[in-house]
Amino acid sequence: MTMNEEIMNSEKPVAENEQDIPDELDLKARKYLRGSGANLETLRDKKLKGQLALREKLHGQSAKAAAKAEKWLMPSEEGYLEPEGLEKTWMIKQESILHEVDIISSRKAFDMILPDLGPYNMEYTSSGRYMLVGGRKGHLAMIDMLSMELIKEFQVRETVRDVVFLQNEQFFAAAQKKYPYIYNRHGTEIHCLKEHGAALKLQFLDKHFLLVSVNKFAQLHYQDVSTGVMVANYRTGLGRTDVMRVNPHNAVIGLGHSGGKVTMWKPTSVKPLVTMLCHHGPVTAIAFHRGGQLMATAGMDRKIKLWDLRKFGVLHTYHGHARTLDFSQKGLLAIGNGSQIQVWKDSGNQEYESYMTHAMVKGYQIGKLSFRPYEDVLGIGHSMGISSILIPGSGEPNFDTFVANPYETTKQRREKEVHALLDKLQPETIMLEPSRIGTVRPPRKKEKPTKKEMEEEMEAAVEAAKSISFKKKTKGRNKPSKRTKKKEEEVFKAKRPFLEQQTEEKPYKKQRTAEEVELPKALQRFSRKKAS
Amino acid sequence: MKVKVISRSTEEFTRERSQDLQKVFHNYDPNLRTHEKAVEYTRALNAAKLEKIFARPFVGAMDGHIDAISCMAKNPNNLKGIFSGSMDGDIRLWDIATRKTVRQFPGHEGAVRGLTSSTDGDMLISCGTDCTVRLWKVPILKIMDPNESNEDYSKPLAVYVWKHAFWSVDHQWDGTLFATAGAQVDIWDHNRSEPINTFEWGKDTVISVRFNPGEPDVLATSASDRSITLYDLRMSSPARKIIMRTKTNKICWNPMEPMNFTAANEDCSCYSYDMRKLDEAKVVHKDHVSAVMDIDYSPTGREFVTGSYDRTVRIFPYNGDHSREIYHTKRMQRVFCVRYSCDGSYVISGSDDTNLRLWKAKASEQMGVLLPRERKKHEYLDAVKERYKHLPEVKRIVRHRHLPKPIYKAAALRRTMIEAENKKDKRRRAHSAPGSVSAQPFRKRRILKEEE
Repeated sequence: MTMNEEIMNSEKPVAENEQDIPDELDLKARKYLRGSGANLETLRDKKLKGQLALREKLHGQSAKAAAKAEKWLMPSEEGYLEPEGLEKTWMIKQESILHEVDIISSRKAFDMILPDLGPYNMEYTSSGRYMLVGGRKGHLAMIDMLSMELIKEFQVRETVRDVVFLQNEQFFAAAQKKYPYIYNRHGTEIHCLKEHGAALKLQFLDKHFLLVSVNKFAQLHYQDVSTGVMVANYRTGLGRTDVMRVNPHNAVIGLGHSGGKVTMWKPTSVKPLVTMLCHHGPVTAIAFHRGGQLMATAGMDRKIKLWDLRKFGVLHTYHGHARTLDFSQKGLLAIGNGSQIQVWKDSGNQEYESYMTHAMVKGYQIGKLSFRPYEDVLGIGHSMGISSILIPGSGEPNFDTFVANPYETTKQRREKEVHALLDKLQPETIMLEPSRIGTVRPPRKKEKPTKKEMEEEMEAAVEAAKSISFKKKTKGRNKPSKRTKKKEEEVFKAKRPFLEQQTEEKPYKKQRTAEEVELPKALQRFSRKKAS
Repeated sequence: MKVKVISRSTEEFTRERSQDLQKVFHNYDPNLRTHEKAVEYTRALNAAKLEKIFARPFVGAMDGHIDAISCMAKNPNNLKGIFSGSMDGDIRLWDIATRKTVRQFPGHEGAVRGLTSSTDGDMLISCGTDCTVRLWKVPILKIMDPNESNEDYSKPLAVYVWKHAFWSVDHQWDGTLFATAGAQVDIWDHNRSEPINTFEWGKDTVISVRFNPGEPDVLATSASDRSITLYDLRMSSPARKIIMRTKTNKICWNPMEPMNFTAANEDCSCYSYDMRKLDEAKVVHKDHVSAVMDIDYSPTGREFVTGSYDRTVRIFPYNGDHSREIYHTKRMQRVFCVRYSCDGSYVISGSDDTNLRLWKAKASEQMGVLLPRERKKHEYLDAVKERYKHLPEVKRIVRHRHLPKPIYKAAALRRTMIEAENKKDKRRRAHSAPGSVSAQPFRKRRILKEEE
């Protein structure tokens, strides 16, 4: 026995090791598989089955190849923050982090105090290279974050409510007092978008070239910036709001309303796709995870909730106020409230707990938090200017030159813009489940209910008819006999549509079967047709 | 506390000198690329549209003959050269690149009916209604110079006079024999003035003959008694014969699967047969609206081109029942002969209007040398098109072809006729005793009998 056990023990680790290597690769490859494969068992067409099986095999191979190539293609490692001993990550201050990191990284954290024209709003390009700053009192500036140079700064001498980059750093839009305007990087006004009205919030859908605004009258505007066509203009009808975010996964716009509702919109439907009651009080902030399955909302009811967008159910509810929320590329959640910043991290099972905290100078009001893409940096727009802090492990370490390149040259930018325009998506492609494009419509549900269903329905209708209570009538018309008669009539009325359906089907069927059985085809034409 | 943040130095991620290539980094994470499917679909749709825009298949016409072109032959030794014979007895060698006549071979007194060149490409064999077979030496391709004496080539190497008019000739793929078709099938040697062997099965004229590319001794003929016959030179008599409902005009073997051949039939369809199993056609290729006059396989064996009496040229996949492409112009008349070029990228058609026409085999293919990046792009676009070809919008664009009005109408008429026939067939079956009339598939219906 002992011998056997020893042999067993000695064999086991070897086997495990052998299994571990492919397992690790499989885990990595799962990401590239983009969901499970099709079920080919139900197919009856052998030729098609063969073709699809081959397709699936190729797909699996390419996923595996991508997983294998990861090692060489993605050399940079993501950032981390590891406590030692009794230390907790949320106790670590920015100063101590800045001491530890290299000089280039320590330069990324800064405070820009601009007391005159605040509060400030800010935004990064998708590559994280450029930052756009908009002061409430009309201060607009664009900064190159790589060289920390000011590209352009100017004043519009008007209220600026929001700023947003268009397809690249060449153009940006600013929501001003009466209308949104589009400027180029030299600060020249290119367009005044009068149709939008006094926009409160702007968003840009870069794959679709759509500029989205929500204005004072709670109207949602979608404008194509490549052609200038106003694609859609909808009344939300839920009151004025300035809480708007794009779900990056499917380009659906999420709006938070003062009644506690969150609505989701696409440009091709007048009604919202989804209306969820999220809070008992106004919604103050929304953020979407880039995977598209997770949404965070904050309300005035002192709640921060995480939602599963697959079933539109709440995952977790936390206590706390938030003026602004943002998800990082790696899934950290930044929460800004007053002068306090908290960063939460997923501790597995989508349960978020505090990862880092940061306190601004007391009295600064944080208006906007935004993680810088491909960097471990969190940008903060507040009442006294703009700041940024280091959040290790927040950004994607490896960029793709053809998706978003922080080191883009002019030529590359031009080429990318041309390709983006060629691949511009039509507004119809915006939908809750974007992978549904190119799939087959599922077979329609059978229109006719089964016999059993019909009987149940009839019974329910009869029960409903029986329970109707009648008004009391004048003397002589209120006899019990008359009342029962009336009740019977009601029951019959309720039954009638079902009975009619049954009678319609039956005789027809009978006739056909009778003829088919009795007469050969050649003689059928001589048989007498029954009057139906 | 251990801490690390993402830190990139600009030098590492940009090129050192301006002569260097730009550094490129990849991250295939699906989360970075949103709307993947929508983007791919848009690309497929745009590619389908671009394909339509760039579809300019007609390269040029080769003008020179003064009568209808009756036959053509490829030169296996020379990619640019093609021979054509016309109804007035004129034979020309063309340079496809410049689209000019290089050489003329005068001599035939009636229509040239058959042309073929030997496998080594040194010899051209022609035959015609003047009961002669002529052997010519093939010149080295050069533009015709009027001052230069071309006596060497303008006289045939040999002229063999025989008893009957000839309809077709084909050279063995490997060897020195060639076969002519006329009142009977004759097998000739280069150096003999009389046929070395003669086959006959029935009294009707044999109108086309083709050697098998895989087995040099096997050949197939079609005759005006609606038959397709297979011969083996090692045996003294023909091997097999099937009789169809209508006449077969031309036969072509699949060069990559030499047991299969396709017959161009008078009833507007082509029939692909396996020579081991002649009781049913493997595929019926239908789309033409008039008799199919000639057929030629691409050297890849995946596609073949047909020319028809309805003034169109069509390209079919070897296993598809409908054509991939249709070519027509206003001026092109009845097409009597078609050939694929030896590299499979061009199609040449000869028609009643005395012109040879040069077409691209893929209508929207870019001509000239492709850069590797261009080729990759084309491959990618083809792949996405293939992936989304079933979606209605892409399918509509890819499938659509403009047809001349007479052909469009004729096709509609044919459809009605076939439907009516099917309907009648169905009724006949319904009104007769069960089992007495069996439903025959179309693949078998046109075959009358098989003889051995």
